[in-house]
Amino acid sequence: MRSKLWVPLFTLLSLAGCSSKSGDAPAAGAPSGEAAVTLLNVSYDPTRELYTDFNAAFAKHWEAKSGKKVTIKQSHGGSGKQARAVIDGLEADVVTLALAYDVDMLHDKGQLIPQDWQTRLPNNSAPYTSTIVFVVRKGNPKGIRDWDDLLKEGVAVITPNPKTSGGARWNYLAAWGYALRKEGGSEATAQAFVEKLFRNVPVLDSGARGSTTTFAERGLGDVLIAWENEAFLLTKEVGKDKFEIVVPSVSILAEPPVTVVDKNVDKRGTRAAAEAYLQYLYTDEGQELAAKHHYRPRSQAVAAKHASQFPSVSLFTISDVFGGWKKAQAAHFDDGGVFDRIYAPQAR
Amino acid sequence: MPASTKRRVLPGFRLSLGFSWFYLGLIVLIPLSSLFLKTFTLTWAQFWTTVTSARALAAYQLTFGASLAAALANVVFGLLVAWVLVRYRFPGRDLVEALVDLPFALPTAVAGLTLTTLFSANGWYGRYLEAVGIKVAYTSIGVAVALTFIGLPFVVRSVQPVLEDIDVDVEEAAATLGATPWQTFAKVLFPAILPALLSGFTLAFARALGEYGSIVFISGNMPLRTEIVPLLIVTKLEQYDYAGATAIAVVMLLASFTLLLAVNLLHRWTNRRLEARPGH
Repeated sequence: MRSKLWVPLFTLLSLAGCSSKSGDAPAAGAPSGEAAVTLLNVSYDPTRELYTDFNAAFAKHWEAKSGKKVTIKQSHGGSGKQARAVIDGLEADVVTLALAYDVDMLHDKGQLIPQDWQTRLPNNSAPYTSTIVFVVRKGNPKGIRDWDDLLKEGVAVITPNPKTSGGARWNYLAAWGYALRKEGGSEATAQAFVEKLFRNVPVLDSGARGSTTTFAERGLGDVLIAWENEAFLLTKEVGKDKFEIVVPSVSILAEPPVTVVDKNVDKRGTRAAAEAYLQYLYTDEGQELAAKHHYRPRSQAVAAKHASQFPSVSLFTISDVFGGWKKAQAAHFDDGGVFDRIYAPQAR
Repeated sequence: MPASTKRRVLPGFRLSLGFSWFYLGLIVLIPLSSLFLKTFTLTWAQFWTTVTSARALAAYQLTFGASLAAALANVVFGLLVAWVLVRYRFPGRDLVEALVDLPFALPTAVAGLTLTTLFSANGWYGRYLEAVGIKVAYTSIGVAVALTFIGLPFVVRSVQPVLEDIDVDVEEAAATLGATPWQTFAKVLFPAILPALLSGFTLAFARALGEYGSIVFISGNMPLRTEIVPLLIVTKLEQYDYAGATAIAVVMLLASFTLLLAVNLLHRWTNRRLEARPGH
């Protein structure tokens, strides 16, 4: 009995000991550069495959360039949840999240990065982009071509809940921006448009992957609003010949941003490697890997090579239409915002 | 100080009581009080608007309603399962015993995904239920179904040992005195197992109130209709509204605590009545 009790206790203690040691070692002024560097990249769900490839490529590049070994650990989850983990003390060297709002919170709530973090790397610190497209069932039985078709009677639209999913916020804002750009479009017509769209939504999953499952596995809905890279994954890898991608006439330029977490890299002495890691995303090799995993590359040359994969869409940005993420968040998704009003009792 | 001077039969009471308080404080009270502290960053008016918004009220209703329905269903069917397990020997009994505990061990998200697959329009159960007009997945019925699944072992495992303690002679005696099977159950067996049934109900109910993983998949999360309180808390967190999230959590906690306390008092009362019965 006695020994049985000691085993878990001992494991717990030794774990606690280990984790505090590994956290403190660089801060204690270990000669940085001698030992192998470890980086932690805290990211969101759909980038798992991309960063598995990219980390291997960067490790090779960094060893050739600096003669040092680097190991990169990845952590994936919902974008907001990941940001909160970093704010609460997860020692990420870099974050690669789904939206700038979540990265902003690293400054606002955690003081981990400077306010102007988004100007530190080219293209708003977003090395690759994506957009919002539709996935329909094979043959497109409901004839869905553009955003207006989602409002038709009898069309069931699948999208996650913007209150809990970063991806869903892109979907929502894409629809809103489209309605604004229509002839005679105004804030009022846009709200009516989005309200009507959400009347056709039978289920609000809490995350983007949940919605994909609802659409693909449960057979619910006629159209799934999704990230372009998720749509590719679905049509090329998960359900070949079961789904088709429909690209709307207008959509939003989704810019998933990246940044070094200053407070953590300074504490751990990993700034050089962490900065090089993010810069490497902008090189040809980084851009090629992004394209391979269905993200739109920023580099003109690489984009031209993959032009057939990414149909041209008229894209608008968050700052064009909404004046940035913070304003969009406050107006639409905070409590009492437009999204809540859509579901308010009197609206139903 | 009569209490401290009185010698107790068993040694070590003070040490173990002290340890119990220390342990409870460390593991339960301190985390919970930090929850309360976080809500103190809100003004009273902010707190009140947060916890009484239309969405929050709808969510309390669904969460408490579905949990209650699930716990009641488990009282009935859990008692049946326990009865069969105690009174009959049949092939595969060990398998059933193990199956009963499975909802304890299964990650709730897996349970939620599985149940959603079964009950959605193209699932094994769902396709027949929808044919007769019953929608389960993505409705409040689905929520209750998932909560029933995760709550079943609590009732079975509370009632089983008590049933095992009741000798078959008691029933035989009742029968020889001319009791019908129903009278035997209502007057002899039921009062004896009532306290255990109540604690099983309490555990299943409490477990259901906090459930998140299995529900987010099957409920469809529609605001005002199928949104549960834990999801609302997560929603607040997604907006970095820590204080708002803890405010709702505090309401949930107080409501659950009051309910559990009430059931526990009821439990004690039935116990005492049972002991006071003639013949005991």
